Amino acid sequence: MITKKRYERPVIKKLESNMPNKFGMRTEYEPVLHIEDIAIKDLITKYGSPLFVISEKKIRRNYQAAKQAFETRYPRVQFAWSYKTNYLNAVCNIFHQEGSWAEVVSGFEYDKAIRNGVPGSNIIFNGPDKSEQDLRKAVTNNSLIHIDHLDELYLLQEIAKSTKHKPKVAIRVNMDTGIFPIWDRFGFNFENGQAWDALNKIMFTGTLELVGLHTHIGTFMLSPNAYAVAAAKLANLAQRLHQKYDHEIKYIDMGGGFASRNTLKGAYLPGVDTNPTIDEFAEAITSALINSDFRPKNPPLLILETGRALIDDAAWLLGSVIANKRLADGRRSTIIDIGVNILFTAFWYAHKVTPAQKFTSYTEDTVLYGPLCMNIDVIRDNITLPLLNKGDQVVVHHVGAYNMTQWMQFITLRPKVVLIDQNNKVHVIRNNETLENMLELEALPDHLANFDL
Amino acid sequence: MNLKNNIAISDSGFVFNPSSGESFSVNQIGLEMLNMLRQKFTTEDIVTHIEKGFQAERPTIERDLNDFIDMMNQYHLMQDEDE
Repeated sequence: MITKKRYERPVIKKLESNMPNKFGMRTEYEPVLHIEDIAIKDLITKYGSPLFVISEKKIRRNYQAAKQAFETRYPRVQFAWSYKTNYLNAVCNIFHQEGSWAEVVSGFEYDKAIRNGVPGSNIIFNGPDKSEQDLRKAVTNNSLIHIDHLDELYLLQEIAKSTKHKPKVAIRVNMDTGIFPIWDRFGFNFENGQAWDALNKIMFTGTLELVGLHTHIGTFMLSPNAYAVAAAKLANLAQRLHQKYDHEIKYIDMGGGFASRNTLKGAYLPGVDTNPTIDEFAEAITSALINSDFRPKNPPLLILETGRALIDDAAWLLGSVIANKRLADGRRSTIIDIGVNILFTAFWYAHKVTPAQKFTSYTEDTVLYGPLCMNIDVIRDNITLPLLNKGDQVVVHHVGAYNMTQWMQFITLRPKVVLIDQNNKVHVIRNNETLENMLELEALPDHLANFDL
Repeated sequence: MNLKNNIAISDSGFVFNPSSGESFSVNQIGLEMLNMLRQKFTTEDIVTHIEKGFQAERPTIERDLNDFIDMMNQYHLMQDEDE
């Protein structure tokens, strides 16, 4: 019997030795066939395509490495899992098992944390939108409320009076840390005195218990030094409180925003090679705190709310090739079943995409489109990929942060999410949506029930 | 459309166009197709030949061959039959 050879579509590539082009260098030399020893082919066969895959082992490793990075440099450290980064219960509970508190930014997230079993006193409540009902609940539960604006401060004082509770509060401080843009929409500004003014209001009225100071200077920060500036400014406020009121705050919350290993769009070099490590952030923050003039009897607890850096590389999105096309200008385009509706971060990152089967050394400069009938549905504007055929599978890397919270039901339904546990057992931790799920929330008035066409 | 007569093709898939000085590389399937085009085989014959030797469906090969010829045309490697 004659064995037929493996087919690969024909490709002709012009050899150029002049300027580098926007497709950059080819980096994907090896196919990714397995995640944590589970074959990608088997995962897709069993759970469908597309499919989010999360590794419990990797999450725990990331958490432990981050904890170690800070604890070796500072005596008292506490992580709080940022729910908005990924609030699937299974993911949250891995972090809670490791010792993380919960950091939430809405009533919905707050209730989710409570339902997960997090004690109220271990929930940090951030964000500009906390309803009176949310605040009353948080006050009763002894949660740590980070005040975003004066209206919230006044409302909390009223709640304190009416409930006879003394809410535990911190203020969120925004500041110039030498980076652009300055996030001045959240909290009180350091430089113009708003923050000091808010702290004085809290200390003078005495209805609230000022327990901490909080900042969150930005997102996907590539400069550890900005954190050093922020930590020094918070330490300065703490020192002034100490001097003026003999009041020692219990914690300094440096927020999150540490860059993960993803590559931002427009970056020349891959994020894995250029982004700062968690150790660099830890070094900047802890050095600034230790070297500041703030010398309390007990060093304040250092709280970190990092989300992205702990989860991004612990999740992958598997997908399949729907079709190959040739664009009018001669570029190859490949359509996959992963759209921006489930891979929201495709707007920010040049995600690493790897084929999930063996391939030859031939590549084509490709535009990678999602399946949506929308012009914005572009996963990679330019990527050099091997010759993928219809039905071939691909792996999108570093998708753990924000995708499983910011995804939307748009045109297609959201896929399953599976977790590979520490013994390499696969669990479905979120089922795929069905038409019934979507229709459950809809109501059809009687007069619109029928029509003739 | 035919492949231009002066195009040089090596056994390893290196293609050179002496009129423009441009060079290209093709993969194995591309090389087979290119050699058959040079020998003036019809597209029908080329598809049948590839189908016999490789694991692929006829429509896929047809589509890929047409796309390949389009690309060669775009790279000015083809010429009209009367040229």
